[in-house]
Amino acid sequence: MAGKHIIQFFILLILQVFVFSNINVYGYVYPAFYVYFILLLPFETAGWLLLLSSFALGLGVDFFTNSLGINAAASVFTAFLRPGLFRLLKSKKEYVPGITPGVGDLGFRWFFLYASILIVLHHSALFFLEAFSFKDILQTLHRIIASSAATLILVLILQLLFLKQNKR
Amino acid sequence: MRNLIAFLWKNYFFFLFVILEVAALFLIVNNNYYQQRVFINSTSDFTGNLIEKYNNFTSYFALKNANKILVEENTRFYNMSPKSFIKTDTSTFFVNDSLYTQQYKYRSAKVISNSINRRNNYLKLNKGSLQGIKPDMAVVATGGIVGQVIEVSDHFSSVMSILNSNARVSAKLRKSNQVGSLFWDGQDYKMGKLVDIPSHVRINIGDTVVTSGYSYTYPEGRIVGVVEGFNIEEGESFFEVDVRFSVDFNNLSYVYVIQNLFKGELIQLEQSDYTE
Repeated sequence: MAGKHIIQFFILLILQVFVFSNINVYGYVYPAFYVYFILLLPFETAGWLLLLSSFALGLGVDFFTNSLGINAAASVFTAFLRPGLFRLLKSKKEYVPGITPGVGDLGFRWFFLYASILIVLHHSALFFLEAFSFKDILQTLHRIIASSAATLILVLILQLLFLKQNKR
Repeated sequence: MRNLIAFLWKNYFFFLFVILEVAALFLIVNNNYYQQRVFINSTSDFTGNLIEKYNNFTSYFALKNANKILVEENTRFYNMSPKSFIKTDTSTFFVNDSLYTQQYKYRSAKVISNSINRRNNYLKLNKGSLQGIKPDMAVVATGGIVGQVIEVSDHFSSVMSILNSNARVSAKLRKSNQVGSLFWDGQDYKMGKLVDIPSHVRINIGDTVVTSGYSYTYPEGRIVGVVEGFNIEEGESFFEVDVRFSVDFNNLSYVYVIQNLFKGELIQLEQSDYTE
């Protein structure tokens, strides 16, 4: 089970660096797709592991994209908010160990809400840290909305693909 | 003491969060100071090698266009070479002319990574200090200027593109010789802004904007772009000019790195001005 997430960590890092960081639509879209890893860690993941693995993933992306620290800070921020969001979002199912916060275990509506909130928060942290000021706030908001939408669509597609595979 | 440890242990999730965020912020702040030239690991040979391997693969897609640009450039050089001129006066002879000393040295390099969609964009080139690249050298493409080298490792170098909030280029309008400051506002990667042009100057749409040569980095007269529009705020005495870059930043494959051979001398002269 842990092995699956370690493999996912490296696949997402490589995909982010070589594919998603190079996506260019209108010059505004920068999908931080690697956040999929933080979203999909199992419920019982220990707090320190959640924070440290998110930090490592963000730092890995930073090394390749000349933005040292920015992705790492945003990832740790997202990971920190994750447990609180679980408490906030009610579900018909109990969060028992062994289930992952995905579409398969908790349903599409729950996952859609959960993923969109965390993705928007992640991109907000990312782009405000990159701009490092509130001066061009409209431009930053434009970036956040466009990139979050792109990431959310990609995450949902991947989730639905895996769901179909599991049902077979 | 035991209570303190118990308290820290109980809330370790929060404290670990704070520690990691502080570490990340430390990295960000240290890296945002372009002047400090903090060691950026991504110029290191390991990641540079990986990116170059990836680029070796993807560069095939850009070959067609790169060829076209090279052929166009070759044509221009052929037109300039002495062989394309007919000797009309046979009585002339050549002497070693000491009036001309080489000031700028060009080195070609290949772009192995590039971005246009961030607020602060950087390029990476496949040449480094072993090939004579040094920080602060200018980088130009066939169409116009691209940026400035900020760090070098043995085999690679990082270039701050003009599409970066820290980049400022001294540029002038070719027609009127009025000098201003060019920067990028972070919106459209095709457009830059030229400021500090006084309001009495006549500007026409389509005027060429070139480098002024005041910074010792870029040679004078390198094309930056063309004027696409200009406006002046009520009560202001300077124009804000919209400049369309002549280089397509989304399509860079080969660039030239320019070394100003007199730069040291010029800086030394400047320093002696101030010490008096």
